[in-house]
Amino acid sequence: MTEIALAVENLSFAYGAKKALDGVSFKVQPGECTILLGPNGAGKSTLFSLITRLYDAREGRIELCGFDLKKQSLRALARLGVVFQQTTLDPDLSVTQNLRYHAALHGIGRKAADKRIQEELERLAMFERRGEKVRQLNGGHKRRVEIARALLHKPSLLLLDEPTVGLDMPSRQAIVSHVHDLVTQQNLAVLWATHLIDEIAADDSLIVLHKGQVKASGKLSEILQTTGWADPGQVFQKLTQGPQA
Amino acid sequence: MRILHYWRATVGIVGRELLRFLHQRERFVSALVRPLVWLFVFAAGFRAALGIAIAPPYETYILYEVYITPGLLGMILLFNGMQSSLSMVYDREMGSMRMLMVCPLPRWFLLCSKLIAGTAVGVLQSYAFLGIAWLYDIQAPLMGYVWILPALVLAGMMLGALGLLLSSFIKQLENFAGVMNFVIFPLFFMSTALYPLWKIKESSEVLHTLAQYNPFSQAVELIRFALYEQFNQQALLFTAAAFLLFMGAAIMGYNPSKGMMVKKGGGGD
Repeated sequence: MTEIALAVENLSFAYGAKKALDGVSFKVQPGECTILLGPNGAGKSTLFSLITRLYDAREGRIELCGFDLKKQSLRALARLGVVFQQTTLDPDLSVTQNLRYHAALHGIGRKAADKRIQEELERLAMFERRGEKVRQLNGGHKRRVEIARALLHKPSLLLLDEPTVGLDMPSRQAIVSHVHDLVTQQNLAVLWATHLIDEIAADDSLIVLHKGQVKASGKLSEILQTTGWADPGQVFQKLTQGPQA
Repeated sequence: MRILHYWRATVGIVGRELLRFLHQRERFVSALVRPLVWLFVFAAGFRAALGIAIAPPYETYILYEVYITPGLLGMILLFNGMQSSLSMVYDREMGSMRMLMVCPLPRWFLLCSKLIAGTAVGVLQSYAFLGIAWLYDIQAPLMGYVWILPALVLAGMMLGALGLLLSSFIKQLENFAGVMNFVIFPLFFMSTALYPLWKIKESSEVLHTLAQYNPFSQAVELIRFALYEQFNQQALLFTAAAFLLFMGAAIMGYNPSKGMMVKKGGGGD
């Protein structure tokens, strides 16, 4: 049996009296791209903060590749790669220096790190720009470097928090295509938060989050078949804006 | 393997901080300008008004410039510690702090590594200042420049830990100005950096007590004695205790279960 990459069980979280997540449960399998769809304020960023253990949830449980995030956090986090919504690269350092820094945080030695940096950057057509300062790169290239960084320690689960926001169409398409290739070629599990419907592929899984609750989850094709709705746009609209929202 | 991982991560964090420091030359210059202005302008101006009598560790009458040099070293470390905490708030706002927190290492270890990195930068700045002071004829015994190293490291760690603690409370960068006014200025002016304790006692008993128990005073005295090849046990114990207290509180502040981050939330949606 294949190990589940991410299992979220009955997760709730509140900022004071304001409930941000309410009994959220779902699973992400290896070799599967799961799209987390939700409007602003749905709870996506809170969910990502909990999965990346920026802080702990008081209710519910998160397991990463079989490791409890609270009790075995270091083992769990070692299997996680993240691309946050905001750029987290150091603009004053070069692409290679940024990636070497990340490799060091994951305990990867210099020689092995340089080999992996070359592999990941070549895959993203960024190897020629390895010596440039991040400040000199455009938004799309910065995102590619961040994806390369997130994959450097060979994680089992990749979290992407709205990675294409603010990018032009060719850059967006390149990133969507690259991530889907990773899923099929490397059996990587991906959880991709977005509110852009056109980033969803036909064979993706879908989780619709609204007001801190999961409104629907499963394979996109199954959701469409069960509900009779035409496309993911209609799913999103009905579940977040219609009477069922 | 775990130890190797910890070692590589520490080297990575310290190396990154030093690289950033080298790339931001204006940061290095501005860190030196502040104490140099105090040394060349303030101290020269007040030389006549603030005569300093013989008191340990000095064995003869000294110029005011000589007296405030350890205080200005403390000033460098204090501002560096606060700048590190400023960068933590900035990093958290910009997200790069989150990247650090996601790596598979304990929070306490990451904070300690950040602290070591910040202290390394502060110590480099301090030695650059001592070099300029030497050229200005403020010269300590040669071995004093070796003795002072552990004192600078401990003082830098203590002040950096205070910065880390503050950064766990500050939600946004804008709030940092208030901290500068409420923390840096009281710490610096209510200390032995600019005038000795006996001189403060002459003007106010309350101020004297505050200055005596101010951890910054103790750090400055530790540096002052070390620069003249002497050991101040009380200052060492007080500075070490303050470091442990601030660091412990900072680790609590960044704890994912109990810390300030939970109360403040991550923003976004």
